[in-house]
Amino acid sequence: MNERQLLVTFDHADDLLSAVETARRERWSIVDVFTPYAVHGLDRAMGLRPSRLTWVCFICGAIGGLGMLWFQHWVAAIAWPINVGGKPWNSLPADVPVAFEMMILLAAFGSVFALLAVSRLYPGKKAVMPSGEITDDRFVMVIRQDNAAFDADAARDLFEQAGAVDVRERVTDEEL
Amino acid sequence: MTANADTLRPPLVTGDKSLGDVTRDVCAPLERRPTGSWWAALAVSSTMLLVGFIAVWYQIATGIGTWGLNKTVGWAFDITNFVFWVGIGHAGTLISAVLFLFRQRWRTAVNRSAEAMTLFAVTCAGIFPLIHMGRPWLFYWMLPYPNTRGSLWVNFKSPLIWDFFAISTYFLVSLVFWYLGLLPDLASIRDRSKGLRRKIFSLVCLGWNGSARTWHRYETVYMLLAGLATPLVFSVHTIVSMDFATSVIPGWHTTIFPPYFVAGAIFSGLAMVLTLMIIARKVMSLENYVTVNHVDKMCKLMLSMGCLVGLAYATEFFMAFFSGNVYEQFVFKNRAKGPFSWAYWTMVTCNVVIPQVLWLKRVRTNLAFVFVIAIFVNIGMWFERFVIIVTSLHRDFLPSSWAGYAPTIIEILTFLGTFGLFFTCFLIFCRFVPVIAIAEVKGVLPAEKREQDDVVERSQEVAA
Repeated sequence: MNERQLLVTFDHADDLLSAVETARRERWSIVDVFTPYAVHGLDRAMGLRPSRLTWVCFICGAIGGLGMLWFQHWVAAIAWPINVGGKPWNSLPADVPVAFEMMILLAAFGSVFALLAVSRLYPGKKAVMPSGEITDDRFVMVIRQDNAAFDADAARDLFEQAGAVDVRERVTDEEL
Repeated sequence: MTANADTLRPPLVTGDKSLGDVTRDVCAPLERRPTGSWWAALAVSSTMLLVGFIAVWYQIATGIGTWGLNKTVGWAFDITNFVFWVGIGHAGTLISAVLFLFRQRWRTAVNRSAEAMTLFAVTCAGIFPLIHMGRPWLFYWMLPYPNTRGSLWVNFKSPLIWDFFAISTYFLVSLVFWYLGLLPDLASIRDRSKGLRRKIFSLVCLGWNGSARTWHRYETVYMLLAGLATPLVFSVHTIVSMDFATSVIPGWHTTIFPPYFVAGAIFSGLAMVLTLMIIARKVMSLENYVTVNHVDKMCKLMLSMGCLVGLAYATEFFMAFFSGNVYEQFVFKNRAKGPFSWAYWTMVTCNVVIPQVLWLKRVRTNLAFVFVIAIFVNIGMWFERFVIIVTSLHRDFLPSSWAGYAPTIIEILTFLGTFGLFFTCFLIFCRFVPVIAIAEVKGVLPAEKREQDDVVERSQEVAA
């Protein structure tokens, strides 16, 4: 579906942050903001909710740790108990190191792959971005012109006052 | 308050750089043709690698009887080198994960290369136990997989299996941590290049587009990984130390081993980071990013770790004396005065005595001095592992079986070969990947930092 967008480009993170706040105050819908680095405070300015990826990490870690504890117990005490140095078959302390490592491994891989999945990042994906300079030194805010009351010229003036170096309109069907 | 304190600190990046300058400066060495010195360094390191490869080939074909081991000294050069290389890796994780959690923003200048160093060092480390197995082609027997032998499972009560899991996990987690940090920078290179280079970098940067929503999740996961890697790095060397501590050998069977090993690992790793970075900043003209200020901070860390290691040496001796255990006491007397006392005193001099000059700021800010001290620490930490392993074994409970140990040429060439592998990997890394985390450094530029703080304060005022 085609939609009209306003691309507002900045040179400095602080100009971007105040413009994002302005856009939020005016209740314009921000499609996304593109930055060369993780701008501190931008998530709050955009009103992004804390990521739920922490839960993925917790669940994967729990599966890794508890699963490995169970597996080691099953191997050493149930499937084929072997007497090693007269130690008890179900010796829990000896199972801790490997269970710990598996907890870390699954938690780390789980959260990274979940990140790639929810952000739709995969090898060979074509980057969809409004400008090639974003990964260098430009900050771009994309606003969706989603109703007739949106006054593009007024918005342009407002952003230029806020330090925007470029304000452009475009019609696109790109899914960001 | 914080804004004031920050302006009092020396800036992390000097030379009044803009965002675009950072991209240009860090990418410049990757985009010009390799220099003569780079080719020369690669020729030397790949020759060492080739020599090591031949040595490994020979000892696998012939058997590990080619080593200088005997019935008394059953572990020596090989395990020393394994612990040495694993330890080197630890500083990379300390800088990338622990300092991240402590909000040490200066880490951004060195974390990328330190993480790469971790990966290469752990790779080098892995070679040694692999050969030590004797039949390395059966290494997958370490994995608990259903098999046609019964299924005969691995013995999870064995510290050597813990080690296998710890080192594998450490390598894999370090790899994803490094790669995740690399994504935005790979995208930077993609957007600067054309043709085949652009195609390759488009493939590996996974379509990164700098979206704030992605950044937001990315920051969350980066924090999670730092939180996971921190206990991981402590666990890895703890488990390596348990290879020794769970035995009943006097000199090994002590509870101080885990913290002692972790401190030593970080100490040796910092020395290696300093060695590499002092050269790299010069060769790649990155003096404005890895500043004397960074070296100064790493020297302080190295000094504190050196003192911890010194404390551990003293504690070991005190515990031997205080335990009243004659075997324990003998081992420590033998370390300081026996046939390997030269190794012991080399270790003490390099690790405890020489680093004390780092108390002086003049020394910490003199890069030539720091480089020499870092080399001494590298040597001292190798000897620490040698002392722990060989002096505890060579005079065992039965004087009739006392023996000496000297490495054979095969063992020495294998060790040389791992240095070849390490430096070859590092040189290739310097050519193809930004050695400085571009996106992270952009966040700590002096100008960007000050402005951000103002905005955050302003938005907090608005919110209030």
